[in-house]
This record gives sequence, C-alpha cells and structure tokens, in this order.
Amino acid sequence: MKTTKLPKAELERFVSLLSRFGEVHAPVERNGDFVFERLTHWADARLDYTRTILPPKKYLLPPQETLFRFDAQNGYQPAAARLGQRLVLFGVHACDVYGLNLLEEVFDGKYPDPYFQTRRKNVAIVGVDCVPDEHCFCRGMRADFVDHGFDLFLYDIGEDYLVLVSTALGDDIVLAGQGLFREVTPADTDEYKRRSSAKRETFQLDVEIRDLPEIFEMEYKSDIWEELGERCLSCGACCMVCPTCYCYELVDGVELGSCAGERMRCWDTCVFHTHALVAGGENFRENRADRIKFRFYHKQRGFVVQYGRPACVGCGRCIVACPVGINMVEEIERLRGARDTATC
Amino acid sequence: MTPLLAESRLEPVGWAENPFQPYLARIVRIERMMADNHLFTIRFLDTARAEGFRHKPGQFVMLSVLGAGEIPISISSPPSRNGVLELCIRRVGRVTSALYRLRTNDVVAIRGPYGNGFPVEAMAGSDLLIVAGGLGMAPLRSLLWYALDRRERFREITLMYGAKTPDGMLFRDELVSLLDRDDLRCLLAVDADPTRNWRGHVCRLPDLFAHAKIDPQTTYAAVCGPPVVYKFVLDRLLQLGFSKDRILMSLERRMMCGVGKCGHCSVGYKYTCIHGPIFTYWDAINLPEMI
Repeated sequence: MKTTKLPKAELERFVSLLSRFGEVHAPVERNGDFVFERLTHWADARLDYTRTILPPKKYLLPPQETLFRFDAQNGYQPAAARLGQRLVLFGVHACDVYGLNLLEEVFDGKYPDPYFQTRRKNVAIVGVDCVPDEHCFCRGMRADFVDHGFDLFLYDIGEDYLVLVSTALGDDIVLAGQGLFREVTPADTDEYKRRSSAKRETFQLDVEIRDLPEIFEMEYKSDIWEELGERCLSCGACCMVCPTCYCYELVDGVELGSCAGERMRCWDTCVFHTHALVAGGENFRENRADRIKFRFYHKQRGFVVQYGRPACVGCGRCIVACPVGINMVEEIERLRGARDTATC
Repeated sequence: MTPLLAESRLEPVGWAENPFQPYLARIVRIERMMADNHLFTIRFLDTARAEGFRHKPGQFVMLSVLGAGEIPISISSPPSRNGVLELCIRRVGRVTSALYRLRTNDVVAIRGPYGNGFPVEAMAGSDLLIVAGGLGMAPLRSLLWYALDRRERFREITLMYGAKTPDGMLFRDELVSLLDRDDLRCLLAVDADPTRNWRGHVCRLPDLFAHAKIDPQTTYAAVCGPPVVYKFVLDRLLQLGFSKDRILMSLERRMMCGVGKCGHCSVGYKYTCIHGPIFTYWDAINLPEMI
C-alpha cells in the first residue's frame, strides 16, 4: 500500500480536492452531537469527533429507499435513477469502515444487491484515525484497524497526516492533488508507530471475543436473558445506530384509488415485536427476552458462522443510544463470569 | 473538470439479475380445495420466462399482489411439468386476502425460485417416505411428483398423509387416484369420516406406520405439518432408528427478501430462505428455536 503525507495546513485545499471527486460529507457538530452531513465549509469538518449518531451506513442502506415503482401495466420498475450520485465520505473511523465492509459482504454473495452495490461503487471513503472514549471497544472487537474498504486513510502524526492509499481511486485523488502531498520520512513512520502504540493504552473498555460463540451456546438458557428482557424497551435504538445491523422490511405504498405505487425498504430491527410475526398470528420471538437474546446471539454467534467474525465493530453507539443503559460489553462479561461472582 | 472515479469502480453492477425484481404473471386457474385454501395456477406473462422457469422440489417463490405486498409461498407443482406454477395458498393475512379478491386472468408478480429445496441428488437410489399432516402436503406434493415422474431413481416410495376429515385433505382427488398405483404405497388417513365413503384409513397419522415397513437405513423421510405432527412423527422416526440427517423437514418463517439479506427468517446462525426451507432434523434441534 502506498503511503504519502498531507500537512494539516493543507486541509482546506484537500477538502476542495475531494469535492472534485464527489459531494463531500463529513462529521459536523449538531447540538452537541456529531452527524455525517454534507460539508458546506471545510472548517466545519470535526475530525476530532468521537462518534456520529448514525454510522455512514445511512449512505449505502438509507433508512428508507424506493426499490421499485409498480403498476398493473408495467409491473415493477426498478428505481435506480438516484443511485449514481458520487459521494466522498471524509473522516470515517476505522470501526465504521469495518462496518461498511461487513455490510458489503452481506449485500454481496449469491444474490448481490444491485442497489447497495451501485451506491458502494459511487462512494469514496477517506478514513481518519481517532482517540477512543469510554464507550469504544473496537480494539476488543478487532476493528480498531482496517486494511481495506477505504480509498485513503489519514493518521494524525502531529503537524501532518500520514496517508495510506488503498485503491486506484485513492491514488487518483493523490495524483490530482500533487502539490498537497509530501514524501514520508522515516521519522514520520516512527511517529506513526509511537502514536499507534500509545493509542493501545488509551482503551477503557475491552472485550474478549475468541470463545464467545461457545459461551453463547452454553448460556443460551441463562437467566441473564430474562433480566435483559425486563429492562429492554424494544425501542430499536441500538439497531438503528448500529453500523452492522442490516435488517429491513419491505413496504408497499399505494396511491389512493389504484394499484400503482412504490415498493420501499425501510430499516427494521429484530427487537421489534413484529420482526418474526407471521400471518395467522404465530410469532417465533414473542417475548422481549427472546428478541434481545436473538440480537446478541446473532451478532456474536450467528454472524460468525456465516461471515467469519462478529457483526459488531465496538463503536459504542448502542451503549450511548440505549435509554435504559443496556451495555453489550457488560452483558458479555456477565455471561462470561461465573454465576456466583457475576460482576461487570 | 470532474475527474472520473477509477475504472474499477465503473464496472456495471448486475441489474439484469436484480434479486428483488418481481415478474408479472397471470392467474390462469383458481381451484378451491377447501374454504380458504385455494390452488392458484400461475403463468409468467413472458413466454420465455414461463417455459424457462425451473425449480427443485421444496423451493419457494416470492409472490407479489400489486398494491398489497409480497409473501413467500412454497411451490406445489412438480418440477417436471413446466410452463405454469401451482401455489397452494391459505387465506390468512393481508396479502393472501388481497389475492383471494383476484380472479382468473388477473395479474400478480413472481420472483424466484428460492431456497435449497430437497437434496434430491443425495436422495436418489434411496427409499422415500413422505409424511404430511394437514396443510403440510403443500410443499411435499412437489417432491411426491418429482419422485413419481422419475420413478426409476427411487426404490420404495411411501406417502403418509393425515388430515382431520376427507374435506380437509389437500389434493384429495389426486391422491385418492394414487391409491391404485402399485409402485407407491399411498397411505391416507383421516381422523374422522363424516362422508362415510372414504377409501383411505380412519386413524391418526402416526398409526399409518403400522401399515408400512420402513427401513431406516435406506430411507429418506420428508416431513411437513403442524407442530403436533412433528411431535409424534419425529418421535416415531427416531424410534425406528432413523439418522437425524435422513429426516428432512420443510420449515417456515417470516420472509421479506428470500435471498438472505433482510434478516427476518434468521434462526440461530442460518437463514430459512437460503439455508432452508428444507432442514435436517439435526439442524432443527441444533438451531435454537427452530422447532
């Protein structure tokens, strides 16, 4: 992978360079929180942000999108017109890049999803490294570094960013911005390594995932699930903010007085009561405890079987978003703990 | 000047195979099998699609009723008879209620087939035992006719089908006509016979095992029915000495995509839509909450 160096003093010109490759979206501050939004002024980009409310998933799997327009004459016509918009996501953390990589796998496979894949091809990703806060456990989830899924990745080394170039597109960006970039010196690499080691010590939350699938099997009937079911409100906030939750439902919206309309897909979550409800009234996960257990189980056990790693990147959003304080890391530790000494 | 994205990003995405694309199809026949259980015969409007559609027994399609929504329906028609699809559909929810308001020649939309289907390649050369209870015949009829249409591929074939009454039996006339075949043990049971001219057995479904000698070493069992059927039939098969891998079950869950994306049919670490809907009995007891 090529590396180069971008002086922080050149950020304004760098953003302007990025805007030649697509509409630039970056984390900006809104009422004390951070959100990914269209960057109207380069200095609004908050590269020191902790986490955005919603992950960049919203650009590739929007909360609601039209898949088809239908009527009796023409059948179901794909609504693909707006998928081609070029975006540059600037300032994506490693955990979120990891999340997008997992979604890309889910929406590929035997039945690639052309809506997701078309969007993905039109999105360029410029990552930036971060300082973990008290809710980050990406290191435990092994998502504190990514080796693909971004075009450029910026590592803070003081006065400059060390830039990893991962794709041909990333290389095109660097070539188009010739004057901005500098040679990397051995001292720069040393500074990167020093900071990387120091970052390791700053994590306040850790989780061991190696034996989790086995523990989830053994503790499938644990009382912890019932307790969690008592606390969980089934509000779905944890899933909405999750970079790796991808459940959706299909909704047909019909124009009044006709059979014409739109088939939309909208985010759904496995903690909603209707998630496994079928016609006739049978509900395969009737109880809240079953549903929150399913969410944990699918992330830390089920997804591992299918995709080789958990569907969790340790971004901490679910911990921040949960109105009743359910904390994935604490619950995993409780499951892992011996019964009589269960602690956090 | 707007530089282009790198060439690699410009490879077209496969819209020709949009897995969510439903294709218009016409209802060519509606046969009332029971109150609220009709057999819909459906043909794609596009002739090439109608003639080119191929499925394995046990697979399903996603059926759209315009303006009402989309649902998974198992395919009841035999794979050997192409051109039309037969879907046995119970009126139970919003989409099926809308479907029941349609008439012959009205248009719906279909995509698929989806799911693994029965492992017919592995089953070839074995005895075949099909056990259905109530509406469980709907997905198994496809397997039954697959085997009868390729009779030489299987050794003994046994059908055990139980319903409450003769009127509650799907495909009753067709199945009764199979009673006379000598290359099939067709065992049909009803709990009670108010008609008094029933040619089959009057007993519980598991009692039919008394009428057939089944060799568990050489037989694949395919089972579908309500929970009570699973409870008694599975016990019976295990008592006979069936390996859990030779008992195949067709299961159902809520589905919205049919292609392993939307998450609804997830059970444990499998998706009913792509890893099923045919599961072995081992899968079924090994996956939490499968049965």
